[in-house]
Amino acid sequence: MELSTNLWIWLGVFFTFSVLSFLYKDNPFYKLAEHVTVGVSIGYIIVLNYYQALQPKFLVPVFQEGKLVLLIPALLGIFMVFRIIPKYSWLSRYAICFTVGAGSGMAIPRSMQASVLRQLEATMLNLGFGSTAEINNIVIFIGVLSVLIYFFFSKEHKGVFGGVAKLGIWFLMVGFGATFGYTVMARLSLFIGRVLFVLQDALGINLAG
Amino acid sequence: MLWKKQIPLAIAFIMGLIFGIQYFVPHRISDQFFQGYLDWGIVIGIFGSMLGFISFYRAHGMRVKKKAPAWPYSLIAIAVSIFMALAGFIQGRETGTIYSNMYFYVLVSIEGTMFSLLAFYISSAAYRAFRARSAQATALLIAAIVVMLGRVPLGEQLSFWSNIWPSLPSITNISDWILNVPNMAAKRSMELGIGLGIMMLSLKIVLGIERSYMGSD
Amino acid sequence: MAKQQQEKSFWQKLIGIDRRVIYLIIALAMILPFFFQMGLPIPVTDEVKRVYDYVEGLTPTDCVVLSADFSPSVAPELSPMFEAVFRHCLKNKVKVLVISLLPQGPGLVEPVVQQAARDHRATNGVDYAFLGYQYGFSLVIMRMMENIEAAFPNDYYGTKTSDLPVMKNIHNYEEIDLIVSLTGSSNHRVWLTYAHEPYNVPVAPGVTAVIAADVYPYLQSKQFIGMLGGLKGAAEYETLIEEKKMASMGMEAQNWAHIVIILFIIIGNIGFFAIKRQERA
Repeated sequence: MELSTNLWIWLGVFFTFSVLSFLYKDNPFYKLAEHVTVGVSIGYIIVLNYYQALQPKFLVPVFQEGKLVLLIPALLGIFMVFRIIPKYSWLSRYAICFTVGAGSGMAIPRSMQASVLRQLEATMLNLGFGSTAEINNIVIFIGVLSVLIYFFFSKEHKGVFGGVAKLGIWFLMVGFGATFGYTVMARLSLFIGRVLFVLQDALGINLAG
Repeated sequence: MLWKKQIPLAIAFIMGLIFGIQYFVPHRISDQFFQGYLDWGIVIGIFGSMLGFISFYRAHGMRVKKKAPAWPYSLIAIAVSIFMALAGFIQGRETGTIYSNMYFYVLVSIEGTMFSLLAFYISSAAYRAFRARSAQATALLIAAIVVMLGRVPLGEQLSFWSNIWPSLPSITNISDWILNVPNMAAKRSMELGIGLGIMMLSLKIVLGIERSYMGSD
Repeated sequence: MAKQQQEKSFWQKLIGIDRRVIYLIIALAMILPFFFQMGLPIPVTDEVKRVYDYVEGLTPTDCVVLSADFSPSVAPELSPMFEAVFRHCLKNKVKVLVISLLPQGPGLVEPVVQQAARDHRATNGVDYAFLGYQYGFSLVIMRMMENIEAAFPNDYYGTKTSDLPVMKNIHNYEEIDLIVSLTGSSNHRVWLTYAHEPYNVPVAPGVTAVIAADVYPYLQSKQFIGMLGGLKGAAEYETLIEEKKMASMGMEAQNWAHIVIILFIIIGNIGFFAIKRQERA
């Protein structure tokens, strides 16, 4: 075991335990960590936005390459900032409608292609009892159909329709169970990451086995 | 009314119509127009993102000015953000600089640990709240337990029956089947719903039926 | 009757245990395995193998876009994935363009990129390009599919992208052989909608375990070539490239923590039904 001499690492350890102390109860160390992270985040993004976005995408094209037409979207972007001034907040609608309108127009055919048509195509499977794959295809087909029927709330879930919808609920429960089972790993991974940081980086314990 | 509502709605309609149709027009001019818009959209976003910074300084600045409860923390947040920005502009952003170290050892530590608290909350929820109150809830829990075991190496080791009867599926095999068949079927239906929902909402925005994104009057 | 009351109080006590005891148990379940490692083999799933095989089949003239679209909140799962794929590409001398469409991505991966480049003697700008972050997400994706240099005019260090030797023959989607998008939210759908469908560029998402279960429809429809899901996905990839690092170490703790949580669920339900039965009696 070899303790790290890097002060930054120990600062990280301090903040790690400050946040973990919340598990016991809320306290000033946790509040400090909360506000420090917000401040660091803002400062980080300001610098990043300047060097990676504003400079190459606006300052250089406008002032070095003479693309003055970019002043129009810049003005629209500044209009967005007027949202915080109640008297002029209506100006922000121009920028918002410009981008949201374009984005919505772009999204319609693309979503149709990627999320609807391709998924429907992939559901048109070979059904049969000749192989495990074909039997699985039957389960998939019935599953997709029954869950879609369950989500169709315009018709009352009665009779055959209601029965198929109930089958859809079973498929949904299995789906949510699978998601939960996977999610547990995600949550545990987050803490494992911190454990590795403290044990390896700070305390210098060799965990490679 | 005209300048505050009608014209913005008309802009949304025209832009939506243009870019909805543009997808189907393979002409070079259509493509150049589209690429030109992309540059405009990025510049709008860059300047629009300033709203976030201004809101941050405004909110915390007001708390300090009015000496609201816990106002020293707001002062710390403002001071740290200015320090971080100055460090980045003056010293640079490469590994080893104050900017990089603050990000990696402060922000990553705090944000990572905050989300790692979820590991504890999910454990507590597993103990206190996940109950097999009905047949369907039982199906959910069984699927969850099988997938949990299937996702870790230990699950394969616990499948002792696979050693005796190799043709029987192991926990990992069953977990893979659950994910690839019933889970996939349920999620596909949800993805179809999401895709259709995106299309419908986009259409409503373009046609001016959906106006909540514009904010209130 | 008194014994029933005693039993009743035992189950109620057990179920009503202070949550901090639960926190302590799960914390120990995640810390102690690092000191008592079982070294269990990590079975590789089909979806991860497909991504590995695809990258393995690439040549030094091919190009991979590795998009680190994640924040510190999901870094423990996705950072090991990023490192494993990046190292695999460097090992096979495949060109890599490292980008990020979320502002917090570059800061997280820059140290990883530098260390991996040192280990594999790769040079920034020659063997790979660290293009950094660009604002606009879907707009940037659509822009780079037509013109990468227009989407990323400079790299992370301020060098003009057009001046980088690695970009000499790489201009747009026609020269991109694979996109690996590492994301902690539904951004894999954005890459699918705006990169794969219109331009037919192969995409392989690396996602957190929270959304991994939602990606299976796209695997079955072959819209994604494969998937890396959660810490296990990263550990599987590390196993395949024979470089066991953080993800593989993390799986030791995952084993025991999962068993503890399953026991919590079982004990909780036994207690629930025992209390219900006693209340009815």
